[in-house]
Amino acid sequence: MNALVVVPTTTWYLLLSAVLFTIGTVGVLVRRNPLVMFMCIELMLNAVNLTFVTLGRRLNDIDGQAIVFFVLVVAAAEVVVGLGIIVAIMRRRSGITVDDLAELKG
Amino acid sequence: MELFVFVCATVMIIVGALGVVLRKHPVHAALSLVLTLFGIAVMFVAQHAEFLAAVQVIVYAGAIVVLFLFVIMLLGVDQVENLKTEPLAGQRWVAGVVGASLLGLLAAAIYTGADSVLSRGEGIASNVAGDNPDANIQQLASSIFSDYVMAFEVTSILLVVAVVGTVLLSRRRTAVKP
Amino acid sequence: MTGFFIDHLWLVPVLPLFGALVIMVLGRRLGEPKAGWLASSMTIGSFFITVSVFFNLLSRPADERHQVVTMFKWLPVGSLQVDMALLADPLSITMALFITGIGSLIHLYAIGYMHGDPKFPKFFLYLNLFVFSMLMLVLGENLLVTFLGWEGVGACSYFLISFWHTRDSAAVAGKKAFVTNRIGDFGVMTAMFLAFSAVGTLSYDGINEAAHHGSLAPVTATAIAMLLFVGACGKSAQLPLYLWLPDAMEGPTPVSALIHAATMVTSGVFLMTRMSPVLHESYSWAPMVIACVGAATALYAATVAVAQNDIKKVLAYSTVSQLGFMFLAIGSGAYVAAIFHMITHAFFKALLFLGSGSVIHGMHHEQDMRRMGALRKVMPVTAITFIVGWLAIAGVPPFAGFWSKDEILLYVYANNRGLYVVGVVTALLTAYYMTRQVIMVFYGEAKWNDHAAENGAHGDFTPHESPRIMLMPLVVLAGLAMVGGALQLPFSKKTAFLEHWLAPVVEESEAHIHETWAYQNKYLLLGVAVVVATLGIFAAIAVYAKHKIKAIEPKILEQAWNYDATASKLVSGPGNALFNGVAWVDAHVVDGAVNGTATIVRQVAGQVRKSQSGFVRAYAAVITVGVVVLLAWFVLRGLI
Repeated sequence: MNALVVVPTTTWYLLLSAVLFTIGTVGVLVRRNPLVMFMCIELMLNAVNLTFVTLGRRLNDIDGQAIVFFVLVVAAAEVVVGLGIIVAIMRRRSGITVDDLAELKG
Repeated sequence: MELFVFVCATVMIIVGALGVVLRKHPVHAALSLVLTLFGIAVMFVAQHAEFLAAVQVIVYAGAIVVLFLFVIMLLGVDQVENLKTEPLAGQRWVAGVVGASLLGLLAAAIYTGADSVLSRGEGIASNVAGDNPDANIQQLASSIFSDYVMAFEVTSILLVVAVVGTVLLSRRRTAVKP
Repeated sequence: MTGFFIDHLWLVPVLPLFGALVIMVLGRRLGEPKAGWLASSMTIGSFFITVSVFFNLLSRPADERHQVVTMFKWLPVGSLQVDMALLADPLSITMALFITGIGSLIHLYAIGYMHGDPKFPKFFLYLNLFVFSMLMLVLGENLLVTFLGWEGVGACSYFLISFWHTRDSAAVAGKKAFVTNRIGDFGVMTAMFLAFSAVGTLSYDGINEAAHHGSLAPVTATAIAMLLFVGACGKSAQLPLYLWLPDAMEGPTPVSALIHAATMVTSGVFLMTRMSPVLHESYSWAPMVIACVGAATALYAATVAVAQNDIKKVLAYSTVSQLGFMFLAIGSGAYVAAIFHMITHAFFKALLFLGSGSVIHGMHHEQDMRRMGALRKVMPVTAITFIVGWLAIAGVPPFAGFWSKDEILLYVYANNRGLYVVGVVTALLTAYYMTRQVIMVFYGEAKWNDHAAENGAHGDFTPHESPRIMLMPLVVLAGLAMVGGALQLPFSKKTAFLEHWLAPVVEESEAHIHETWAYQNKYLLLGVAVVVATLGIFAAIAVYAKHKIKAIEPKILEQAWNYDATASKLVSGPGNALFNGVAWVDAHVVDGAVNGTATIVRQVAGQVRKSQSGFVRAYAAVITVGVVVLLAWFVLRGLI
């Protein structure tokens, strides 16, 4: 196998994170199912994690990975609470989408 | 070698992300998410963050996505969203514009700032075969339990609070006995 | 003791105010005549306090006759600091003396005149309130306190003119007086604003000081003086705004005597004298305008009085004419003469009005002179006092009116000979129509019974003399009319008492005529005045008593040159259109702007409300757009 000389640089990883983040944002704006919207938010969080790890390696600092550690914990807690809320709401009315929860209409 | 790993992981991530956003069925979306999370884990390994890769797989792919699937099953599997219609006028246009501009701006930011990111730390230890296979964990642990021990403790409280809160939130109200 | 009263100068106006308040609360229970005695005693008390203050001032050297008594801070508003303060100086105490003096006499007279009237206590309430307002007007230390009194007398005049309010004509006359006065008030208010913005204070001392030191620009001084003159025209019934005074005769005769002869109508003269330094600093055409308006009014009113048949209307026009004389004096720089004439006019005009009231009372409320005649036989005291008044106003020496009128004519001659001629003609006409009145009422044939039945008299109607309480003031006033001239005799410097007394107030603004031809030949002019008076009297005797010459009383004079009708047409025609236009602007433009602002706010809010759709995804879209904008700002700023 030929050894390829090109090595992915920091910029490539960061670009990948940017793409992943954008896909996540668009997903939040476009999808109506609350669970899928939540998953898109998870995509955004993962993009951020990738960015932190990449920059931590670039800066030669372990702090990048430490931050990701904490982000993972908080994300887990957030998912737990968020899903609990969704369950509480969707238990009463079935088949709803986010658009049906429009009580804040002024 | 690293390039090959990079390309494969990228493909996994992008395909998984697009799957989350574009699949009608929520279960398919959840499985696409798992694909993405695996790709991210591979990336972590390539960046010498082995511990995080393991945690990612165990916590994210193993616990969080499973939670998602539980809830999807609980609330009905046949909730298929109709992706053809969009009740809010102009929402897709906004989404398109926002996505494009966000990507463009982030790319611009990355390119202009790329040269100014300089090394500032002592270096990252990684699990190189031979010397010390636990180097990464040790370095990460020493960082968490000394520099960031406060954040660590607060995060534990956060977890407890989250669990207790969720149990309370999603409790079914029991009938009051006379 | 005298020091006590001047330090508590506020007692002078407060006594009548107290009387008014007591009658307001207890009037009906006091009833007649106790309410009248209470009101009179309050005014008499004020008079005695004023006399004591007068002697206090007299005991001081001439340049110290000036004391300000502050009662409380009235309007402390930023740069506008106005106190409720009274000023005791020669001018204000002179005015206060004859206001309270003549006021007391008229109060006593009114106890008899208003006997049997169901609203007796209310009459005295208004009278006391009027005296209070008038005293605030003259004693005020600044323009705002004077204005308070100015408005007060206007309101009381309205109350008193329309006192018998069930009579349509009385109610209309009251409204007319109030509205016409209001036009004048606009002038006074604008003058106050101007004075404040130019000088920074409203007090007389401050404004007059500024005028003396020349820090008041001629333009400003002229504007202030002219605007005050507009106010004076309204209050003192000068030519454009005099129309309310003849109609004001609808009120009871004591009202006519007090308000429309002796006091309220002189407030314009007082105000111009008070602000004489300002007038002195104006352009020279300003006093000339005042003099011309005064002269025109005097002549106009005198011509109209010649053809009037109502006993009170003659006196009303006569008042307008004499006020014109006073303004003629002010315009010629003769402030002392104007005040002198104001004092003597107060004496004899009040006397004439009270006398006519006595006649009306005796004739059972008949006021047409053609139905009177030969009353001197049945009302001797009234007749004698009325004759004294007649001689005074006609300008016969040694009665008071002669000296004051002559003083004015002296200064007018030195100012402008044309105006002097107008003054002399007016004096001639004054003598003529007053003699006519005396002859028609007191001499000639008795025409009482011709129309007696109309007035509800039974059988042979004989007019009767009035009760003593009404005759006493007449006698006192007659005495004053006889000797009042002694205040200012022109024979030498030593006899010019009034001139010395008022010097601190008007010295610098007074015209100095000692070098003029008029002054050198003042005895000649004195002689001319006597001749003119005698001519007028004999002419009237020839026409009305001896019937040697046919009486000339053209209809147009009786209708006052149709001035009233023209004014009404002007007001109701174009005037109404103007008022409606202004009201429309107020409702649509002013209110429209205010309401429009509210409407616009509401509509904008209604549009903005639509952004609150309740859709979470829409909110998310807005958030992400915001993030993009922020990011763009930072990235592009770094790039550019």
